[in-house]
Amino acid sequence: MSVESLKCKECGTSYELDASYVCENCFGPLEVAYDYSGLDAAEVKRRIQAGSQGIWRYSDFLPFKGRASDPLEPGLTPLLKADRLAERLGVDAEIWIKNDAANPTHSFKDRVVAVAVAKAQELGFDTVACASTGNLANAVAAHAAAAGLKSYVFVPANLEEQKLLATGVYGTNLVGVRGNYDDVNRLCTQLAETRPWAFVNVNLRPYYAEGSKTLAYETVEQLGWKLPDRVVSPIASGSLFTKLGRGFQEWLDLGLVEGKQPVFNGAQAEGCSPVATAFAEGWEVCKPQRPETIAKSLAIGDPADGPYAVEHARKTGGGVDSVTDQEIREGIKLLAETTGIFTETAGGVTVGVLRKLAERGELAAGERVVVYITGEGLKTLDATRDTFQMHEIDPSLESFESEFRQEVAA
Amino acid sequence: MSVTVKIPTQLRAATGGQAELEVEGGTVGEVLDAVFDAHNGLRDRITQDGDLRRFVNVYVSGEDIRFQQGLETSINDGDEVTILPAVAGG
Repeated sequence: MSVESLKCKECGTSYELDASYVCENCFGPLEVAYDYSGLDAAEVKRRIQAGSQGIWRYSDFLPFKGRASDPLEPGLTPLLKADRLAERLGVDAEIWIKNDAANPTHSFKDRVVAVAVAKAQELGFDTVACASTGNLANAVAAHAAAAGLKSYVFVPANLEEQKLLATGVYGTNLVGVRGNYDDVNRLCTQLAETRPWAFVNVNLRPYYAEGSKTLAYETVEQLGWKLPDRVVSPIASGSLFTKLGRGFQEWLDLGLVEGKQPVFNGAQAEGCSPVATAFAEGWEVCKPQRPETIAKSLAIGDPADGPYAVEHARKTGGGVDSVTDQEIREGIKLLAETTGIFTETAGGVTVGVLRKLAERGELAAGERVVVYITGEGLKTLDATRDTFQMHEIDPSLESFESEFRQEVAA
Repeated sequence: MSVTVKIPTQLRAATGGQAELEVEGGTVGEVLDAVFDAHNGLRDRITQDGDLRRFVNVYVSGEDIRFQQGLETSINDGDEVTILPAVAGG
């Protein structure tokens, strides 16, 4: 597939493939447009299967003329069947966990950043930057270091310590902004006008967002070239959610896979649920909120792709739900106890919504559900604190036995 | 009330390249009308049927007007009105 232009998602105006992201006619978002004609599905499939062990195996669907590469190639993360989780939820659906914490900086953001940094280099930038809720900060700092580029990473100053430490270590210019993510994002939108930098999720956002499609492609490939019946994915800006849909659609259109779009269920935290609210109210726009949740990586009160996420959930017969902070903690624990996967708060949100769907009886027997776990539990340790107790004993057999007498006897 | 309105790069083709405009107005709506009177090309770019398009954000001295009274948000002397695209981030 060859990349053609940038195209406005609202009015369709075309633009050159440079560092721009806003339509000058209607202020809508720009998206990468490709020319599908002339692609042979069988040939593409062979190219994919003979490709690298990561996202660049899908180069036909990424916004580069040639085949890009990078030293920290993300992707091909495990897709695991979670029978014990299904059992705990009391459903006969097939539950699969796509563990995207298994990326170089432990979140799905490595996918989008790998694409954005490769594009920044192609366009001749020497500095990359971003507005981040944490995971993106880690990824931008790391991929910039690997590529030998300078970087500026802007985050809310009150971010989890683990995410600050896992960013600063790469030698980036880490900027903690006294405000919430939406303040950081506004500042970066303004800075992108004056600084000659590649802001991965501002002026390079059309390319960056394309990286999320690789999660859809991998899912199909790992299911033996089959589509899931349903996906459950977290929603922050709504970009991942909508690009998963675009990824599945491209392969359907090309005949690489047969069937139809999965049902899309979005997951938000109750303390930051502009998309879930818009879905519930039947709105076409999202009313911004001031986030108040432990799921900081999803704490975007003014989601750029919110309207498209609502639209996609509706179109596929799915929905967007939200869960409380307590349900997020329970979701983290449920996943850990049944699969051995320790996810961050965003994953707790996603599993929390999966549980809600199960409780409402929405998961049919035999239905194949893929749950996207986008980040690593070690980055949000506070969420796990006080959710279990340690047994403290003296270093003696007596002490152990007195503590565990009942269990040993049994 | 005299205010400064900051125009983003993507709209400057419609203002003859100007990045800042000085206009009068008591509310955000009045300020934007004054801006459109001066540069008519801006009206259709950021509004539709009298409302802001869905990917346009307007801030009064750093505060999103949707947290205030929208286009009815009142303006104080010396306030700065900033128009920005709502399609970044995440």
